[in-house]
Amino acid sequence: MGLAKRIIPCLDVENGRVVKGVNFVDIRDAGDPVEIAKRYNEQGADEITFLDITASHEGRDTTVHTVEKIAEEVFIPLTVGGGIRAVEDIRIMLNAGADKVAINTAAIHNPDLVREAAERFGSQCIVVAIDAKRVDDVDNKPRWEIFTHGGRKPTGIDAVAWAVKMAELGAGEILLTSMDRDGTKNGFELGVTRAITDAVGIPVIASGGVGTLDHLADGVLLGGADAVLAASIFHFGEFTVPEAKAYMAAKGIEVRL
Amino acid sequence: MSGIVAVIDYGMGNLHSVASALEHVGADKVVVTHDAELIRSADRVVFPGVGGIRDCMTEIRRLKCDELLLDVLGAQHKPVLAICVGMQALMTHSQENGGVDCLDIVPGEVRFFGKPLLGETGERLKVPHMGWNQVQQVSNHALWNGIEDNSRFYFVHSYYVDALDRNLLAGSVQYGVSADAALARDNLFAVQFHPEKSHTAGLQLLRNFINWNGQC
Repeated sequence: MGLAKRIIPCLDVENGRVVKGVNFVDIRDAGDPVEIAKRYNEQGADEITFLDITASHEGRDTTVHTVEKIAEEVFIPLTVGGGIRAVEDIRIMLNAGADKVAINTAAIHNPDLVREAAERFGSQCIVVAIDAKRVDDVDNKPRWEIFTHGGRKPTGIDAVAWAVKMAELGAGEILLTSMDRDGTKNGFELGVTRAITDAVGIPVIASGGVGTLDHLADGVLLGGADAVLAASIFHFGEFTVPEAKAYMAAKGIEVRL
Repeated sequence: MSGIVAVIDYGMGNLHSVASALEHVGADKVVVTHDAELIRSADRVVFPGVGGIRDCMTEIRRLKCDELLLDVLGAQHKPVLAICVGMQALMTHSQENGGVDCLDIVPGEVRFFGKPLLGETGERLKVPHMGWNQVQQVSNHALWNGIEDNSRFYFVHSYYVDALDRNLLAGSVQYGVSADAALARDNLFAVQFHPEKSHTAGLQLLRNFINWNGQC
């Protein structure tokens, strides 16, 4: 008896359409985030994360509308991230039906946004997204730094210290993505996952690099993650959410079946 | 027939999810409002809540939702479902925000999960308690109809309810401590988890609520 480890499919959405493609065999419109979210809901996903990569301002209205539609039809928690710059952006997404909002770059430019948002809306709905890349010290001691702009721009900020600071400011959860692993299908960067899960008292979602079901299990068993996030292995029908859960359960991980 | 379900809106967070879920399970009509007349004329009432308890209590009192709740629960005797911070607000006092007096409709304390919080085998547990945990059904209540014992519901909270009268306990959840997941008293049912976010089990509980006659 206890809290289940969560499996979270992630949708990357641009102008109201899922990008990176989704390839369910029997879905009418593989680009419609509402239909895809409903499918994962039916499969027994524990949450859905919706990352908005829309650049234009007009496109943001589409995003809000999409979040509203998903929230009307999907009765599991929904996290929305991407382009969150101010308290007002968070308010708009929560009102649209998001349960949690992920702050990424804006937290780096203005850490106080996290404190302000947590005070106003409660820590339970403030997720801080961290994009980390391994940059070892001279003595080869592993160290991870935060990068912005899709992993191109270093910030000089230590990822573990940053996670601790964000938790202190009131973040309710950390969404940790390894920029070295994202898209590689080589598995999570377990070193930074473990370092951050050990360092903070709030839940940590591991992200970036899932290619097999073993990777998901490793994120929990070796990385200590409270939740594991993946996109392509689910989108392309390589594995379903129930298959992932059955595999994790067989490894002794508590999941919601 | 569910009749009209009023979801009390005291300005803390989005209530569309609750309303959508109630409509999804077949509520005839759902109104999201703090209008006292609308709530008094509804057939059943949902008292939700998110965010910090201090701000919630301030708004509940400012909008006179405290008097309204007493009336709805007492003289009017409507079925009432309290959710998450709505459940916490019913208690006597909460440790959150440095200590806040709540409505004292159900005697008891809202306690912090503790830091560090340890599990059965001494492992450290994360706070907030976030995710799907099993609810043990302690009483045989109409709102559990069709829901298997120990089903998982979605929780997200750092403070938990500890009701004084243990006879009110309808469901409990284990997370370092034994926390009150559901309380039942007459026409009131209160849950710490979010049924509107708890997929099949949560929707079933809401379906049970809209068909409930308010008898314990």
